[in-house]
Amino acid sequence: MAKTAKRPGEFLLQSARTQNSNSSGIAERMILLRALGLMLLFLLANLLPANAAEADLRAIIAKFAAAANFSATETVVRELAATGDPLVERPLAALAEGDLYVRKADSLVFVGREGGDSVELLDPLSGEKSGEAAKGDITKIKVNNTLRRVIRDALGTLTLRAKDPAVRIAAAATMFKTPDAANIEPLDAAIAAETDANVKALFEQARAASVLVSDRPEADKLAAISLIGARGDRDALSLLTSVEANSQGAVKDAATAASGNINSTLAFWDAGQNIWYGISLGSVLLLAAIGLAITFGVMGVINMAHGEMVMLGAYTTFVVQEVIRNSFPGLFDWSLVIALPLAFLVAALVGLAIERGVIRFLYGRPLETLLATWGVSLILQQAVRTIFGPTNQEVGNPSWMSGSFDVGQLAITWNRLWILVFSLCVFALLLYVMKRTPWGLQMRAVTANRRMAASMGIKTPWVDALTFALGSGIAGIAGVALSQIDNVSPNLGRGYIIDSFMVVVFGGVGNLWGTLVGAFSLGIVNKFLEPYAGAVLGKIVVLVLIILFIQKRPRGLFALKGRAVEA
Amino acid sequence: MITGRFFAAGADRRIAITIFILLAAAIIVPLLNLAVSPASAFYVPSYIVALTGKYLCYALLALALDLVWGYCGILSLGHGAFFALGGYAMGMYLMRQIGSRGVYGNPLLPDFMVFLNYKELPWFWYGFDHFWFAAIMVLAVPGLLAFVFGWFAFRSRVTGVYLSIITQAMTYALLLAFFRNDMGFGGNNGLTDFKDILGFNVQADATRSALFAASAVTLALAVFVTWAIVGSKYGKLLMAVRDAESRTRFLGWRAENVKLFAFTVSAVMAGIAGALYVPQVGIINPGEFEPSNSIEVVVWAAVGGRGTIVGPIIGALLVNAGKSWFTGVLPEFWLFALGGLFVAVTLFLPKGIVGMWDAWRGNARALRAASIAEEAGTDPDVPAPPKIVRSAARTPGEWSTSGPEPQPAE
Repeated sequence: MAKTAKRPGEFLLQSARTQNSNSSGIAERMILLRALGLMLLFLLANLLPANAAEADLRAIIAKFAAAANFSATETVVRELAATGDPLVERPLAALAEGDLYVRKADSLVFVGREGGDSVELLDPLSGEKSGEAAKGDITKIKVNNTLRRVIRDALGTLTLRAKDPAVRIAAAATMFKTPDAANIEPLDAAIAAETDANVKALFEQARAASVLVSDRPEADKLAAISLIGARGDRDALSLLTSVEANSQGAVKDAATAASGNINSTLAFWDAGQNIWYGISLGSVLLLAAIGLAITFGVMGVINMAHGEMVMLGAYTTFVVQEVIRNSFPGLFDWSLVIALPLAFLVAALVGLAIERGVIRFLYGRPLETLLATWGVSLILQQAVRTIFGPTNQEVGNPSWMSGSFDVGQLAITWNRLWILVFSLCVFALLLYVMKRTPWGLQMRAVTANRRMAASMGIKTPWVDALTFALGSGIAGIAGVALSQIDNVSPNLGRGYIIDSFMVVVFGGVGNLWGTLVGAFSLGIVNKFLEPYAGAVLGKIVVLVLIILFIQKRPRGLFALKGRAVEA
Repeated sequence: MITGRFFAAGADRRIAITIFILLAAAIIVPLLNLAVSPASAFYVPSYIVALTGKYLCYALLALALDLVWGYCGILSLGHGAFFALGGYAMGMYLMRQIGSRGVYGNPLLPDFMVFLNYKELPWFWYGFDHFWFAAIMVLAVPGLLAFVFGWFAFRSRVTGVYLSIITQAMTYALLLAFFRNDMGFGGNNGLTDFKDILGFNVQADATRSALFAASAVTLALAVFVTWAIVGSKYGKLLMAVRDAESRTRFLGWRAENVKLFAFTVSAVMAGIAGALYVPQVGIINPGEFEPSNSIEVVVWAAVGGRGTIVGPIIGALLVNAGKSWFTGVLPEFWLFALGGLFVAVTLFLPKGIVGMWDAWRGNARALRAASIAEEAGTDPDVPAPPKIVRSAARTPGEWSTSGPEPQPAE
């Protein structure tokens, strides 16, 4: 049951995994940026003017030792925060955690790291190790919740001045989402000091958000609304809706107008997003169906084992990645490039074996071919299940396929984009082979008139075998691409076979362009139906539409023209 | 006239024997299960009764498919859908019979509806309290779907592989639809936990035996009906459409109507099979719509011998017995065996077991019979179907000179 229950879901874009790899990619990039930022920080800290400032900071920090109660400590915290120096982040954070200690012997303040009986003492500013102390020799500086809040606010303001733009952007985003009248002043200061135009704009939006929840005059609020309205994303919309609900008069009207504007831009972007998702699904369908377009479309052979060729390609990728992980970890980014020819070879060889072993005895009996290849697909599936086990295999994304970038309100993931590019390349290559090479000429000749072609000296059995191998090989390289977005399991092929047949039949048998148009139109229609009908119902509607379409045009969108009397 | 032909010896003796065996089994097996003490060597355990009852339903399904595939050349990959629809109609009746004995004890709504927060019974569940209504639905729903589907498909001359693929799409769409919880058919859990059928406990041995007997008698009836259809003038038309559709059309027959009739009758038979299947296995869920199930039915018919009436029954019984045995002994090899069966049957046994048997035993005799008939100046009776089977897929035009398929050298 679990297996079948999963089926409808499998058909959908497997976005969960993509999302995962995205966030890990972003995390990596963040780490890199942070490392850069830290290096810069150290450089600056060790250079000239910092030393003077540092001495001042140390003087303030030393006051912690004298602070006898919470309010005294709070004064010191505020004093530290007022310096606006990013260096104070360390002692403040430590204080909030209760990790700031005073050494009884000399009243010096340290950040402590507890380990066993003794406490390791670190310099509060540089974080360098400066000795150890027994627990009895030091006093912890106590904090309560009020104090923690003060520290948190202070730190929040501090991040606005952080050297690293990414940190500043994150701070602005947080402040935008949780607007607070108290943020206005620090933001004003930050805006004045900011040099990066992008970050400055974000700060201004965050300030505008804070203005809206403050009790500033109406004119300020109206300006803030127009600023936020210009931002035009979902966060802005939700903010404006809440303003709309909580205010009266001109502010309310302005908020209504602005959110209306945002809604219409968002609708535009939603349509764009649907088209992109549709194109993305279409490229997946194209990849899965294009091999079938060769075997079914050109040769008229119903290959129900086509999905299993895709699966073999995906498993080849898995094996290649395993070998690389174990033996040549440095080559991981090249794993897909290495897997492509191998997957083509593996699938093409299996395809050749199927053609020579089974299909060639069944030419002219399409229904029998269907059954026999179905049997082959069962055997291949079970063979893979026996060798690799029934569970999903881990296939990683190389770094150049991870992550995403934004176009307006649209997040485009690299792996989807690469798959689109890849599917178009495969299509172009196949078109070239079919139209411009002697082999393609022979293939088309055999398709058009087998006996005539044979009379002209074309070895039709070889053309059949090679065509079938080509179709299977294409399915294999489709598997390499699909391994990046789908679960690599023995059932991988099953999910695609019906859709691929739909694409080929819809587009028109024997016509590669038909397959291209069929794949993308099915993909886009599917994604446009999804928001209205839901994923599963949308899929059903598409299937019913295709069934009705075939009634109207039994030979598909781009039918081959011929003189044959149709049965 | 039909009965007269039925009792005549010769080519139809096999049908008579089959019907006789089925009717005998319908009496003897329940007797051996209920009247004989469990210690006796002749005792048939209850689980065997349930298992064979299930196989008989499969055999009926395979026979239904054979009527369209073997005799009319329509390879339907969606017969599992008709089977499941019949099953759902029966399952809905059985659900209504649970009444307030469900887990939630709701007198009006079945358990899953309480669970899914339904406030009232959906309109399409009305009437399923009555057996007669459910029985009509078992016939009407698959029949109507097949009629509408076939009406569109055959009228626009969707043939061969295209038809196979869209029937597969049909069952796939239904699979997706029935998985949805808000369809009102129990979502992916389906309908289960049945209590009574016609006032008798479904779990009881006597009910099981009665269901077995019902399946056997229905199968016997279906064999008779199929034989009557195939043997009639209409049956000849059916085979004419299979062998040369355009020629039949040029002769003035409406091939689409012929196909539509066969397809609808076959769907109704499949629906009945499903309705008998559900009370015996105690569950119906969307998994029955899986396209792979429908393809498996095709291999039963192919193994036994399509284009024969006895073949699909033998095929369904053999393959399913093999499946039960394999999944018990070597579970991981069952798919190898099934896949191998598909390949082997299409390559080496195109006529199936029954066809092979006929070819092996009857070659000489058929020749002799033909010559005797010629001397006597009478038509030989129904042409031996397996002879035509070979050309079943050879619908002219399907791979006519500019058609996309490779053709064998002639």
